[in-house]
Amino acid sequence: MTDLVERDVAAVTPSPASSPGPSSAPKSRLRSEAFARRLRARHAAERRFRLAGAAAVALAALILLLLLGSIVAKGASAFWEARIRLEVTLDPAEVADRNYTAALRRALYAQFPQVTDRAGKRVLNDLLSSGAPYELEAMVAKNPALAGTTQTVWVRADDQIDQLVKGAYRRDLPETERGLSDAKVAAADALLASGALAQSFNTTLFTAGDSREPEQAGIGGAIIGSLLTLLVTMALSVPVGIAAAVYLEEFAPKNRWTDLIEVNINNLAAVPSIIFGLLGLAVFLGFFGMPRSAPLVGGLVMALMTLPVIIISARVALKAVPPSIRQAALGIGASPLQTVLHHVLPLAMPGILTGTIIGMARALGETAPLLMIGMVAFIVDIPRGLTDSATVLPVQIYMWADSPERAFTERTSAAILILLGVLILLNGAAVILRKIFERRW
Amino acid sequence: MTTRTHAVAASAFAFTLSLAAAPAVAQSRDQIRAVGSSTVFPFTTAVAEAFGKTGKFKTPVVESTGTGGGLKLFCAGVGPGHPDIANASRRIKKSEVDQCAGNGVTTMTELKIGYDGIALASSKKAAPVSLSTVILWKALAKEVPVNGALVANPYRLWSDIDPSLPKVAIEVLGPPPTSGTRDTFNELAMLEGCRKLTEVAGAVPDEKARERVCMTIREDGAYVEAGENDNLIVQKLAANPNAFGIFGYSYLDQNRDTLQSAKMDGVELTAETVAAGKYELARPLYIYVKNAHAGVIPGIREFIGEYTSERALGDDGYLVDKGLIPEPKALRDAARVEAVNLTPLQF
Repeated sequence: MTDLVERDVAAVTPSPASSPGPSSAPKSRLRSEAFARRLRARHAAERRFRLAGAAAVALAALILLLLLGSIVAKGASAFWEARIRLEVTLDPAEVADRNYTAALRRALYAQFPQVTDRAGKRVLNDLLSSGAPYELEAMVAKNPALAGTTQTVWVRADDQIDQLVKGAYRRDLPETERGLSDAKVAAADALLASGALAQSFNTTLFTAGDSREPEQAGIGGAIIGSLLTLLVTMALSVPVGIAAAVYLEEFAPKNRWTDLIEVNINNLAAVPSIIFGLLGLAVFLGFFGMPRSAPLVGGLVMALMTLPVIIISARVALKAVPPSIRQAALGIGASPLQTVLHHVLPLAMPGILTGTIIGMARALGETAPLLMIGMVAFIVDIPRGLTDSATVLPVQIYMWADSPERAFTERTSAAILILLGVLILLNGAAVILRKIFERRW
Repeated sequence: MTTRTHAVAASAFAFTLSLAAAPAVAQSRDQIRAVGSSTVFPFTTAVAEAFGKTGKFKTPVVESTGTGGGLKLFCAGVGPGHPDIANASRRIKKSEVDQCAGNGVTTMTELKIGYDGIALASSKKAAPVSLSTVILWKALAKEVPVNGALVANPYRLWSDIDPSLPKVAIEVLGPPPTSGTRDTFNELAMLEGCRKLTEVAGAVPDEKARERVCMTIREDGAYVEAGENDNLIVQKLAANPNAFGIFGYSYLDQNRDTLQSAKMDGVELTAETVAAGKYELARPLYIYVKNAHAGVIPGIREFIGEYTSERALGDDGYLVDKGLIPEPKALRDAARVEAVNLTPLQF
């Protein structure tokens, strides 16, 4: 902008070649003191505006960085989990009885030969996750030949031990205030010293369903739930949305009815999402009697919510296709339907896709409408179909944030990071699709 | 191109049809559904998970809807479309039993699972104090009697109420009116404290009006509604040593390194004082089971069996780790027998 102003001034000022120089030039109106002052003031205003703009962007970036920084700092440790190495002897009788706890405990006691009393053994028992026997069971179920052998296994440690290894407990406090007994800290330290307690990558976080035990909790169920919900949303809102947009933009007559429909679609796009949840509760659950907590219902509600967004963005994309394309197609004898399907729609597709992906991203991050239809719930089993009970990623984050166990704090942040990652991926896909298919006329 | 478009259109049509046909799918359910109190939620979910791990049944689905909302859903009717179990942080009310009966839910089983203590907690950095229900009521009521007449609460500092208390502004973070914890706090602390003051009875002779005066919490900023997220209150207390927070025992138990609980009439909040009935701000927790669903929805009896088992509710049970305060053994055993036999609730 400054360049422009200067160029303008230069254009109306006599060029240096024809005059001896600015200082000795005859005083024109453009060279007067008042003009120079005004010009300086305008340049100063320009600089101030740019500075304010840059400051605003910097502030926004700083806040974003702070937010992301705090989430990453809190959540990064959740991608690792503490595991304990044990030499487990799998007694065939116990395997037949599905009693894996005994085998684990024997292996653990063997590492602490000095512990013989009941209280001491109970401390040791608490080092292991209550899910450890199920890990062992799953291992044997996969390979029944393991019965009767001795295996080195790494099983999950209890969430308190996990947090201790990660430094979340203050060792300098007396045990009553620390919330973790000295005996447990000592036992964990002994295991750490012998290398039998170590952190490894936390696969549980990605594969498991929800759990009340932080070390066994994962977002696997929530991810599947989100996928199923989005699948229903997409299957319904994309074809209906595009068809509605094509009809309204290309075929519908312009009259009072279509105006009314247009106003209503724009209004619907601005309706708070909880309203769609209430609608879903009344119509899908109440009237149609569909099951509570099902991704099918969640998807339907989300579809209603994203439909106006898709219609609006698709109409904008269709409008951006130049009329010459339509005229050319009609001119060589294509029917209106052929014109739309063969020429207009493919050219408008990048814009429609962008709008659709952004609508999907919004649906992925939504919790409010799901509250009403029972998808905000504690669900352990990973959903296998559209009518199974399921929850979604943002709901899982909300539920973990509300849990008293402090190991959930880092898992909440980790889940937020994963959700952000998926959203960035979706929005990135929207940008790339537009870059690839974009046409300029 | 055209054939493909037709195929797409046809499949979209088929999908729409299948959606319309969905309601016709027979309504059946092989998974227990529980709804209700956010206070009982952590306990029921823990039982649900342990129950699911036995491998015989699907893991029950538990929703946290609040006691009132949960009982409303529970009482809406009989059948797979309605929940089997309601969690409640107070006893079911007569009006709710009537509503249930009106919708065909005539028999239900009540199970008292134990207690939850309400903590008045503050940061460890603050000096420990001893409060009472009377002090709490004076600190938090909207109107208090002064010289025989009700006036807007004039107390700004704790020391205004009792000179032995610290000279700091009254600031209490607590749950909003929709919360079960707030209901219980109103009944156990506000109403009790108010009843102990004879001046209130003198100022407001009408009983109904008096109860309203007793339970109305001040709105001038001394009581801060901190939302349903108890973790948030824990964080705010750590940042502000002068503030008190109202929440359940499990949150105090998990945050013993940063928080301390005020004594009530000299009694400290511990599992022992609650179970012995000495600590005033404790409430019983219940679950209600729809008898008509036993045998229809698989696993209901077994689920109650798990809930009442010693490994869940016992002195070393996993529910105790989650912050539940169990009843003494004799009462537990009696409750187990009644619950497993689905003895209907008589109201």
